[in-house]
Amino acid sequence: MAMTGVLRPGHAQLRVLDLEEGVHHYRDVLGMVETGRDAQGRVYFKCWDERDHSSLILRQADSAGIDFFAFKVLDEVTLTGLEKKLNDYGVKTERIPAGELLETGERVRFQIPTGHQIELYATKTAVGNGLQVQNPAPWTKASENGIAPVRLDHCLLYGPKVAAVQKLFTEVLGFYLVERVLGPDGEGNAAIWLSCSHKVHDIAFVEHAEPGKLHHLSFLLESWEEVLRAGDIMSMNNVPIDIGPTRHGITRGCTIYAWDPSGNRFETFMGGYQPYPDYEATTWTFEGLGAGGGLDYPQRKLHETFLTVVS
Amino acid sequence: MFEIRITETSEIFSCTSGQTVLEGMVRLGRRGIPVGCRGGACGVCKVEVVSGCFDRKVMSRSHVSEHDESEGRVLACRISPVSDLELRVVGGMRKSVLGQCSAKGC
Repeated sequence: MAMTGVLRPGHAQLRVLDLEEGVHHYRDVLGMVETGRDAQGRVYFKCWDERDHSSLILRQADSAGIDFFAFKVLDEVTLTGLEKKLNDYGVKTERIPAGELLETGERVRFQIPTGHQIELYATKTAVGNGLQVQNPAPWTKASENGIAPVRLDHCLLYGPKVAAVQKLFTEVLGFYLVERVLGPDGEGNAAIWLSCSHKVHDIAFVEHAEPGKLHHLSFLLESWEEVLRAGDIMSMNNVPIDIGPTRHGITRGCTIYAWDPSGNRFETFMGGYQPYPDYEATTWTFEGLGAGGGLDYPQRKLHETFLTVVS
Repeated sequence: MFEIRITETSEIFSCTSGQTVLEGMVRLGRRGIPVGCRGGACGVCKVEVVSGCFDRKVMSRSHVSEHDESEGRVLACRISPVSDLELRVVGGMRKSVLGQCSAKGC
């Protein structure tokens, strides 16, 4: 199928309480590649198999959480087109200059009703995965350092007015609804999983009173064995684990949720399925989130931290 | 080895200065303080230290203001005892808005 418009999650900027503890976690335990540090003191990382300069930026701050989440779009013409669509829809946007983030072009930034900052950009330097040669090997040493996920896959954000966010993402940005959890009284959507691709989700939201909250950043692994290995590595490094290794009924992903040293949750997972925009969305009842296995299919349990622990 | 006493429940557990108060409780399989992210971000383990001295690591200002800290309100996952401690639990698993969601709200 043609991939146009919004291509994929591009980068996330995360606030950490102690920068070097955060760097150790994301570089040495999660096993991302550090690609730069800027004059503001931010540290940049990419997953070993990603092509572009950075997918995670760490900023030391006095509170944890997410600063912004960005998507890469096809080209600058597409970026300008989406900016206009947002403005016509009534969403105020600002342009962040090229170079404000290392190796990244202009970004169109806007706030969504859940209180989060979202960005769109077209240009980021392709530094490669070390295999930009003819007749390449299938992997590099970087793929064995720490957990070593292949990419930043998606994020799950918490905030109010998820219905308005669903409308914005589907009507303006070209996403489609893949799965959703109904509200406790069967009305509306308490949680939504949206895709701009062939993936089960590129972003997801849960209805929550406090705006602007991060539930998790998610990183993709390629096998169940790698997920189990990730669990071992987390335990070896005293990384506190939230749930897993287990399978989500929602999206079918096989997963571990855990927390970084500043209390930002992250996920290492594999699996899912390959939806198309013409697929009917999968519906879960609110009870199904727990007892129906939506969150944890083997345990059939709504772990209390899922709805209450966010940064 | 120090003793940590939770005022509301009169539970007591031991904790070394090499662990955080929350770690000490979890490792012993004890309860009393809600367990969240264990990294200082989520606020569920907020306690008010009524007596005793402790070392502290940095904690998120979105949950512990400077005023909170000056009054002994801190996150149990970020403090280690330097003496016996008595504390009250202030944080907790806040009811999620979904439990109170009406048809109009969602």
